[in-house]
Amino acid sequence: MSLLSVRDLTVKFAMRDQTVTALNGISFDLAKGERLGIVGESGAGKSITGFSLMNLLSRPGYIDSGKIEFEGEDVVKMSDKRLRDLRGNRMAMIFQDPMVTLNPVLTIGQQMIETLMAHRKLSREEARQIAIVKLREVYIPSPEERLEQYPHELSGGMRQRIIIAIALLLDPQLIIADEPTTALDVTIQADIMELLLELCQSNQVGLILITHDLGVVSQMTERTLVMYAGRIIEQGRTREIINDPQHPYTQGLINALPQQTVPGQRLKQIPGNMPGLASIPTGCAFHPRCKYATDLCRSQIPEVVQYGDLKVACHEVQRLQADEDRQEVRA
Amino acid sequence: MFAYLAKRVIQAIAVMFVISLIAFAIQGNLGDPLRELVGQSVSEEVRQQLRDELGLNDSFVTQYLRFAGNALQGDLGTSYFFKEPALDVILKKLPATLELVFGATLIIIGFSVPLGVYTAIKPDTIISRIIMGLSIVGISIPVFLTAILMIFVFSVEYGWLPSYGRGDTVHVWGYWETNFATADGWTHIILPSFALASIMLPLFVRLIRAEMMEVLQSEYVKYAKAKGIKPWRIYFVHALKNTLLPVITVGGVQIGTMVAYTILTETVFQWPGMGFMFLEAVNRVDTPLIVAYLIVVGFIFVVTNTVVDLIYGLVNPTVNIARMGA
Repeated sequence: MSLLSVRDLTVKFAMRDQTVTALNGISFDLAKGERLGIVGESGAGKSITGFSLMNLLSRPGYIDSGKIEFEGEDVVKMSDKRLRDLRGNRMAMIFQDPMVTLNPVLTIGQQMIETLMAHRKLSREEARQIAIVKLREVYIPSPEERLEQYPHELSGGMRQRIIIAIALLLDPQLIIADEPTTALDVTIQADIMELLLELCQSNQVGLILITHDLGVVSQMTERTLVMYAGRIIEQGRTREIINDPQHPYTQGLINALPQQTVPGQRLKQIPGNMPGLASIPTGCAFHPRCKYATDLCRSQIPEVVQYGDLKVACHEVQRLQADEDRQEVRA
Repeated sequence: MFAYLAKRVIQAIAVMFVISLIAFAIQGNLGDPLRELVGQSVSEEVRQQLRDELGLNDSFVTQYLRFAGNALQGDLGTSYFFKEPALDVILKKLPATLELVFGATLIIIGFSVPLGVYTAIKPDTIISRIIMGLSIVGISIPVFLTAILMIFVFSVEYGWLPSYGRGDTVHVWGYWETNFATADGWTHIILPSFALASIMLPLFVRLIRAEMMEVLQSEYVKYAKAKGIKPWRIYFVHALKNTLLPVITVGGVQIGTMVAYTILTETVFQWPGMGFMFLEAVNRVDTPLIVAYLIVVGFIFVVTNTVVDLIYGLVNPTVNIARMGA
């Protein structure tokens, strides 16, 4: 049985003059201990997916329909009390920017201990001991002293380690990491990712890694979702998605990587921008930017089809593949 | 710590210098002191002689230096009316005013924090809307009108509370008389305190509400929710502490302003404090008393602001007083 099963999740935002759809019928599964990447450009709905899983959307966003079954229980229908019990305990989250995630007026110790005491019957001293153990696990030197410090006394990398330690405090089944290294120095990014991978593997924790960095996804995850304008347009094993993407958007993302370009050449970027939520194109939302677009693409939303090991939402995927095969034969 | 303190003290001295300069400049423009001293029956020659003796013909700088020198030794001149040192007259009235300000401060703190927090957490409820509406009314009505209305309702119509004076006061250390030791003293201070608080209270409710709403949108509050922390702890531990930091700074300035507002409140309630005394001094053109009042109020202002800055440094962990100003 899967740990997490999302079915037809639709999230809307009630703006002043209209209601826009931020997530449109998202479905995916996650097995216990599995690591899943969610990629896409800014505005694709990656972070909203992450927050929805914890039912933590703040106004004006709300879950319109769909199911999020976590350990057999629907998160969408949970009472506030059940949700509090879930958050931080069975499902933990790592936020994007460690500089603003920790409360500036509370010590590291206070913020760790309160999390433990919110979920378990522990004395303050017992909670403190667990906090020290977890800080050691994320390689924080002299953890006893760190507990007395305030966030501003620590560097960004150190703070993100502490946030990872807080995520691990209660041995959750799933960690959702929303661009955990975007706000950090490049040199520290690799360290943090390595640490996260190591801890997830050794503790058998499931991971949903939200990122726009395909390199990170290929190192960290087993499966990947590619999102565009609030829909999953391609999903499958990470290796296949990176090596043999089927959707023109995913192909565009991979081609845009600097590694795919000879130095000195222009990067092969996808023309145009992600559409705003209020102006999503008809048919396949990607069609204005897609060089293979046909009239069908402009009028009809593509169904998700199984193609090899991948699930792809594209009308043209079979024709594209056939073209590719022909070219290979010719070569 | 020492460097920071020294810096603050130097700033305070500079501010006091300017205040004293302004107060002294006023002194020279509030009519002829001799008229107040000797009346009209004295001949012009004697007047000139007295002017020389009093140093009134000296240059402005000489006069100011003499004034400042005396002031530093605690001599702010002699009240024409009371025939006593002006500072003594003010110090006798000071406890009444400070107790009134203290009472109003208690009311403001006691009401603004819960009301501000409530209206921030539940902005759409009818109660919140009523509170916000009333706060606009409170800010808009001048203190003297609020005071008169309160007297009309609670003293005249219902007769629950006395309308003027301090009632029974009890002597504690030296000349300090307190309202807080007898039941009669308490009943007398309630109406004036509420009247004095009536402008600041809505201001603080709105300030705390605005700050709190902003803090509730912050990442760390969202993160606290993601950790499964209970709402009351998020509101009162995570959010309130961050909310109060800017409020403390504004609060310090407002306490100083309240000392000034006491002029109106004390006059309406015949409260025997400095504000009431100041108005009488203006009516009597008691120049030394007016000048002394300005300097004492300025001094209170400077001291409260300095203390508030120090408190802010203690409450906010990101301000390191030990390192500041170094």
